[in-house]
Amino acid sequence: MTVQTRPPRLQSAEGEVQQPRVFDSTTNPEALRAPQGMPMAMATRDLAVHYAAFLAVRGVDLAVARNKITALIGPSGCGKSTVLRCFNRMNDLIPTAQVSGKVELDGVDIYAPDIDPVEVRRKVGMVFQKPNPFPKTIYENVAWGARINGYRGRMDDLVEDALQRAALWDEVKDKLQASGLSLSGGQQQRLCIARAIAVRPEIILMDEPCSALDPIATLRIEELMQTLKSDYTIVIVTHNMQQAARASDYTAFFSVGSQRDGYLVEFGPTAELFTNPVDPRTEDYITGRFG
Amino acid sequence: MIDARSSAGRNDVQPPPSLGATEGFEPRVDARRRRADLWRQGFRASTLVAILVLAALLLNVANSAFGYTAVQVKRDPATVLYHGVALDQLDAAGLVGLLESELKPGVVRRLNGEAPLVSRSVRDLHALATERIVQPKVVRTWSLLDSVFRRGAVRRAHAAEFPNTALVFRSWLTADFLLSPQDPDPEKSGVSTAIKGSLWMILITILFAFPVGVGAAIYLEEYADKRSRINQLIQTNINNLAGVPSIIYGMLGLAILVRFLQPFTSGAIFGMAGGDSPNGRTILSGGLTLGLLILPVLIINGQEAIRAVPQSLRQASFGLGGTKWQTIWHHVLPGALPGILTGAILAVSRAIGETAPILVIGASTYVALDPSGPFSKFTALPIQIYQWTSRPSDVFRNIAAAAILALLILLLTLNASAIFLRNRYRAKG
Repeated sequence: MTVQTRPPRLQSAEGEVQQPRVFDSTTNPEALRAPQGMPMAMATRDLAVHYAAFLAVRGVDLAVARNKITALIGPSGCGKSTVLRCFNRMNDLIPTAQVSGKVELDGVDIYAPDIDPVEVRRKVGMVFQKPNPFPKTIYENVAWGARINGYRGRMDDLVEDALQRAALWDEVKDKLQASGLSLSGGQQQRLCIARAIAVRPEIILMDEPCSALDPIATLRIEELMQTLKSDYTIVIVTHNMQQAARASDYTAFFSVGSQRDGYLVEFGPTAELFTNPVDPRTEDYITGRFG
Repeated sequence: MIDARSSAGRNDVQPPPSLGATEGFEPRVDARRRRADLWRQGFRASTLVAILVLAALLLNVANSAFGYTAVQVKRDPATVLYHGVALDQLDAAGLVGLLESELKPGVVRRLNGEAPLVSRSVRDLHALATERIVQPKVVRTWSLLDSVFRRGAVRRAHAAEFPNTALVFRSWLTADFLLSPQDPDPEKSGVSTAIKGSLWMILITILFAFPVGVGAAIYLEEYADKRSRINQLIQTNINNLAGVPSIIYGMLGLAILVRFLQPFTSGAIFGMAGGDSPNGRTILSGGLTLGLLILPVLIINGQEAIRAVPQSLRQASFGLGGTKWQTIWHHVLPGALPGILTGAILAVSRAIGETAPILVIGASTYVALDPSGPFSKFTALPIQIYQWTSRPSDVFRNIAAAAILALLILLLTLNASAIFLRNRYRAKG
């Protein structure tokens, strides 16, 4: 038996990348087909993010339609998670991050100087890549966010409602006082969704929410997203193109330029983007020739 | 672990069947296992060394704290009778009668002045009668090892050197020893003053150093900009302070707390300066000095514990609209607390045994009065031990050993309660 240092497929894929095709890393305005004739929950204008001197992503013009699922896809390092983290000012936590351009929530620029990021994050909830429940009881995981945000109603009802909406109630209703960490990975992620729902956000951001889950748990989350979109606007970052194609209404495809700077290549209704892409770089990516 | 060892033992006897070689690989499993085994033996040897050192230390202390003593009495207890009843059989009234008939009227009057004899317990009266009438005195002591393994030699030496004395096996660590104040006579002296001094001091140390240390750790980890030069300088200095010899802290305490802040540490500005005028050489100064001593360790350890709280928890909290303080209070601190407490236990254990700094700031070596508050002059267990070990008499060496045992017991009690608290917290969290 001989030892092969590299599988042959990788080499040919690399060769493909080196072929000069369309790599001038500019955005073709015709490839941006923002949703028309419906209310917008969020929009960005010429959004760019620097980490110290490094330009991570630039020139992003996106519009997120209300009660729809918008997927952000693209190869690693294209800045899709960075853009997502601008939507609830999570980038503020990174000391070197600098955001320019506008991010509007219901027409208000959330980066305006008089806007408190704490208030933004209550309205724009977030679910992370790795399930990260608090090391507290299931009940407390859901109730905590509501309590610190001054919820005045009946907490038991709120917890039940949030767990119902996250399709977790039936599994945990008899063990609400058990630790959130005692649940399985998929259950933990749904607990994180319930936790986000409990503070009544308008938008839920999901940063690769299924990348740590098995296919069955992934499917449950995708089903959940479909039921949630009647009440919430969802923006999801995913590495999984099938997931974007299956679960989202709109898709934004990001790519990465020669200076490792991310930029938006194409944006439009998911069905059109996957069946009839305007930009050849999108076609390369979704057909698996690149990335 | 036992399984691994027994299976390794089996493998030595009967090598496992070979699964076949793979070209290009030379697994040398046996050699690798032998090397692993060597490391394991090394680690076990290290543990053994540590245990042996600890055992030697305890044995050395116990060697002096217990053993045979030659006790000389002024009057044979068998000849001390009151109306024909022996000393050991007398009741309270009998003991009072005995004392009144045997002692000088002036002495009886003075004893009645301290506490009326008739109101004292039988046990106290018996001890008093023994002390005053029988007057036992230890003239020679033997170590525990000699007392146990060379009993014959001890007996012979005793018979030859002190023929008119009783040979009594004695534990120097007794309830009386723990509960009596200091006394110039080592046989009557106890450590209650020193224990109370140590407890007072450590209480002040904890009250000062724990909140300040945790607060500084939170600030440095959660708020301070790690890239700023000033904060880097502060961090470096804290790390270096943790390695400064404790006697330097004593000199700092002497200059700042005892001298410069004398109105504060002596209680004068609170109108509470003691009549015995300790001039700033008070429990408060001692506790604060020890607090300064353990502060860098507490800060560094607190920072480590806070850093160990996963970033994902902070993000989850911020993502729900939590403020910085809500995130720290509800998620970071509960997550870091077991680690913070572990470090605090170690730091406080170190502080309670420190001698040099409190010696420098001027803890008194002879204090017969229990401390009444933070502005009293004081002594502490390590000071007491240090002072007793420097005395020439045998008996002082014995009570020093007993005081070391008392210090160890105090330390274990404090640590056990802190660990109990921590584990309860951990189980709840």
